[in-house]
Amino acid sequence: MIGALAVLLLFQLVGEIVVRWSGAPVPGPVVGMVLLFLALRWRGSLPDALRATAETLLSHLSLLFIPAGVGVIQYGALLAEEWLALVVSLVLSTLITVAVTALVMKALIGHGPGAHRDE
Amino acid sequence: MNSIGAIWVYLAASPLLWLSLTLVVYLIGRWLFQHSGGRALFNPVALAMTLLVALLLLTGTPYATYFNGAQFIHFLLGPATVALAIPLYLHWERVRRLFLPILAGLLTGSLTAMLSAMGIAGWLGGSPQTLLSLAPKSVTTPVAMGIAEKVGGLPSLTAVLVILTGVVGAVAAPALLEKLRIRDDAVKGFAIGVAAHGIGTARALQISSLAGAFAGLAIGLNALLTAVLAPVIVRWLHLGP
Repeated sequence: MIGALAVLLLFQLVGEIVVRWSGAPVPGPVVGMVLLFLALRWRGSLPDALRATAETLLSHLSLLFIPAGVGVIQYGALLAEEWLALVVSLVLSTLITVAVTALVMKALIGHGPGAHRDE
Repeated sequence: MNSIGAIWVYLAASPLLWLSLTLVVYLIGRWLFQHSGGRALFNPVALAMTLLVALLLLTGTPYATYFNGAQFIHFLLGPATVALAIPLYLHWERVRRLFLPILAGLLTGSLTAMLSAMGIAGWLGGSPQTLLSLAPKSVTTPVAMGIAEKVGGLPSLTAVLVILTGVVGAVAAPALLEKLRIRDDAVKGFAIGVAAHGIGTARALQISSLAGAFAGLAIGLNALLTAVLAPVIVRWLHLGP
C-alpha cells in the first residue's frame, strides 16, 4: 500500500513539475493522471497493490472535498449579496449541462459505431 | 476548576480535533446515505459541509484553524486525482470506442455550462463580475480559479461556486439522468463529470467504476476546453474587462 501511495505521489510530483515548466492550463494532478495512465498502457498490466490502493482512495473521494467545501463559510457575505441569481443559475445550469451532455452522447451512440451496448 | 475550558483551549488549537471531526461527520453522512437507500438529500459532502459549518459558527472557530487540521485530508485530493488513471485504464477500450460521442458531449456540455450559467444569472440581475466568476463553475477548482482570474472574475468567489456546483450535480444529477432514461453508465459518468467535476465524480464512482472512469476523464477534458473557450466567449459577449 505504501509502495502504491509512493507511485501516486511521484506521478503527481512529475505532473506538477510538467505544468510549472510548460505553463499548461491544467492542474498538476490531472497531468499526473494522464502520465500514470500512459505508463500503465506501456506496461500492459496493472499491479494489484496499485489497484487496491487506488480503489480504496477513490471509494472515499467525497471525503476529500469536505475541507475545501467548508471554505464556503468564508464567503457568506459575498454569497448573500446576489444569492438569488447565484443559486438559481447554479442549480439550473448544472442540471441543463448534465442533460445536454448526456442526451448528445446518447444520440450519437445510438447511431454511431459504438451502438451495440447502448441501454 | 475550569478544566473543561482548558481542555477546549487545547482541542480548539490542535489539528487533531477538526481532523477527527471531519472523518466522523463524513462517516455519519455515509451511513445516512447508505441506510436511506442512497437518498440524494443525504449526500455525504453536502451533509458534512452543513454540519461542520454549523459547528464552526457555533464555536466561533475560524476557518484557518479548521483547515489546519483538515488539510491532511485535503492533501489526498492530489494522489486521488492521479488514481483516476486506474478506472480509465480498466475501461480504456470503451473510451476508445466512444471517441466521437465523448468529443461531441464535451463540446456541447462545456459550452452549455458556461452560457447557461452566465445567461441565467445575467437575466436575474447578476453583476458582470458575478457572471465572469460563474463562467468556469463546472471546472475543477484550481483551473477554474485560474480561468476566473484571466477573464476578470473573482477567483475566490469562483472557488465557492465550483464547490456548490459539484454538490448540486452530485445531489441531483443521478435522479435527472434516471428521468431522461439514460441507462449507459459511461454516458452518466461523463455527463456528471463535465457538469460537476470532482464532487460529481465522487458520486459517479458510487454508481460504478465505469461511470467513475468517464467522470474522471471528463474532469481533465473539460478543464482544458473551458480554459481555451472561456476567454473567447467572454470577449464575444462583451463582458470582459
